[in-house]
Amino acid sequence: MRKVAVAGVGLVKVSEHWEKPIWGLFADAALQAVNDAGSDGVDSLYVGNMSGSLMQDQLNMGALMADALARPGLHAVRVEAGSASGGVAFHEAVKAVASGYSDCALVAGVEKMSDVLPEVAAKSLVMEEEQEYSAYTGVTRAGLSAMLHRLYMDLYSEPAEVGMMAVQSHENAVGCRHAQYPFRMSIERAMDSPMEADPIHMMECAGVGDGAAAVVLVPADAAGVEVAATAVATDYCSLAMRDDPLTLGAVMKAAEKAYRMADVKPGDIDLAEVHDDYTINGVLSLESLGLVDAGKAAKLVAEGGAARDGRIPTNTFGGLKARGNPLGATGVYQVAEVALQLRGSAGDHQVEGAEVGLAQNMGGMGSTCAVTILRRLAP
Amino acid sequence: MSVPRYWREEVPRYRLLGKECTGCGARFFPARPVCTVCGSTEFKDYKLAETGEVVTWTVIRNPPTGFEKYRPYVVALLELDDGVRLLSQVVDVGPEEVHAGMRVEAVFRRVKEDGNAGIIQYGYKFRPVVE
Repeated sequence: MRKVAVAGVGLVKVSEHWEKPIWGLFADAALQAVNDAGSDGVDSLYVGNMSGSLMQDQLNMGALMADALARPGLHAVRVEAGSASGGVAFHEAVKAVASGYSDCALVAGVEKMSDVLPEVAAKSLVMEEEQEYSAYTGVTRAGLSAMLHRLYMDLYSEPAEVGMMAVQSHENAVGCRHAQYPFRMSIERAMDSPMEADPIHMMECAGVGDGAAAVVLVPADAAGVEVAATAVATDYCSLAMRDDPLTLGAVMKAAEKAYRMADVKPGDIDLAEVHDDYTINGVLSLESLGLVDAGKAAKLVAEGGAARDGRIPTNTFGGLKARGNPLGATGVYQVAEVALQLRGSAGDHQVEGAEVGLAQNMGGMGSTCAVTILRRLAP
Repeated sequence: MSVPRYWREEVPRYRLLGKECTGCGARFFPARPVCTVCGSTEFKDYKLAETGEVVTWTVIRNPPTGFEKYRPYVVALLELDDGVRLLSQVVDVGPEEVHAGMRVEAVFRRVKEDGNAGIIQYGYKFRPVVE
C-alpha cells in the first residue's frame, strides 16, 4: 500500500446558502481544493453526503457532482454513513489512492439543510437510527444524547461542566472565516437557553446549516501532510444493546485501529477535532478516543484543557457547535482543519508545533465512527 | 409508512413479543438474526415482562415529523424485570415526575398517524405503576 498525503484543502463557510443548489455548494469547495493542490489530475471523486435523498430528493450524487465539474468519465460515488458520511468518504478515498487504483482523489462532503423545515431536519437525524423500534418511539438524536448526558451527570459532573464543551468550541471559532457561529458564548447563555431534550439545552446543540468541504489526496512524497491512519468501526445501533452506554464502542475501536496503524499513542496527539453535535458527545468522544480518562473529560474542558494552549487542543476552529455541522460534510471539514493545522496555515487558530492531529466523525448515536490521524512530514 | 412494513411488526409491538436464543437463553427485543452472546441463529418466541424500571430518560421538546402533537413527551431507556432493555415513551406522567428507578408497566397506545388518510399506528408505551 502506498502512503497518501493531503495535497489541497477547500472550505465553504457554513451558513444558509439560499441562492446555491447543492452542486453549487459542492463545486465551491471542490474547485478551491483542486486549486490549492495545484493539480487538475483528479481521477476519482468521493462525495460524503447524508440526507440529499430526503432534503433534495437527490440520489446518484456521484454522477451529479462529476457532471458539475464537467468531468464525464470520472470515477465518482456518493458515500453515506449517516453523520459520519464525510469521514467514511475520506477513508474510502484514502484506500483508493493507497491501493494504486487512484493517483489523485477528490473527497468532498456536502450537505444543504436549509432546503427543509426544522422538523424534517430532526427527522433526517433520526433516520440514522434503527427505524422500527428506536425511531418508532419518537426519540430524536438530541434525545438519545440526552439520555447519555443524564447518566454522565449522575456519575461524574455538573451540568455546567458538560456545557463548557460548547463554550470552548465557540471560543475557538472566534475569527474563523468558515465557521457558522464565530462568536463567544457564555456558560450562562448556554445554561439559560431552553431545553432541547432534557438535560440538553438548545445552546448545547450544533445548529442547522449548509456547507461543503473538500480535500485532494495524492501519493505521499517527502514533504507535506501524510494520512498516518484512517479507520472505521461500528457499534450496536440501539443504546439498549450496549453493556455500558457511556462507552462509545465504535469510537474506541476505530481509535485503537488508527493508533496502531499510525504507530502513535493517544499522548502523541497534538490536537483533536471531535464530534460535538451535542456537548455530551464531545465529552464522551474525548474519553472513548483515550485522550482523557473516563469521567474526566467534562472537568478537563471546564478547566481549559481543550483550549488552543490546553492539554489537548480540541475543535480548534469551533467544532460542530460553532464551525457548524452540515451532516455529511462535517467529517471532511474536520480532516481539512487538521491538515491546515499541520501545514502551519491555521492563522489565529494555529496550535504551535502541531505535528500529529486526529479527526473523529460519528454517525448515529455513536453507531458508526471514522477516526483519521494526520502527520506532518519533515520538510 | 407502507402497509407491509407496519403489518410485519404488529405482533411484536402489540404483544411485546421478543425472541429467546435456543443456544444460550439470551433474550432480545426486537428479534434479531444472530445471537449477540453465542452466535446462534436459532430462536423461539419470548414474551417480555410487562413491568420494569427507568434507567435514563429525556423529554422530547422538538420532535421529528409525525410526533408534533404529542410534544413534550418522555422517552426512556427501560430495563424490564426479565433484564431486557428497550426504548419506549413513558406516558401518563409529568416530565418532572420521572426519575431513575421509577417502576413502569406496559400499556397499549396510539403511537402516531400518517396524515389524515394514512395508517393509524398503535403499539406499546409504558406508564408509572401505581403502588
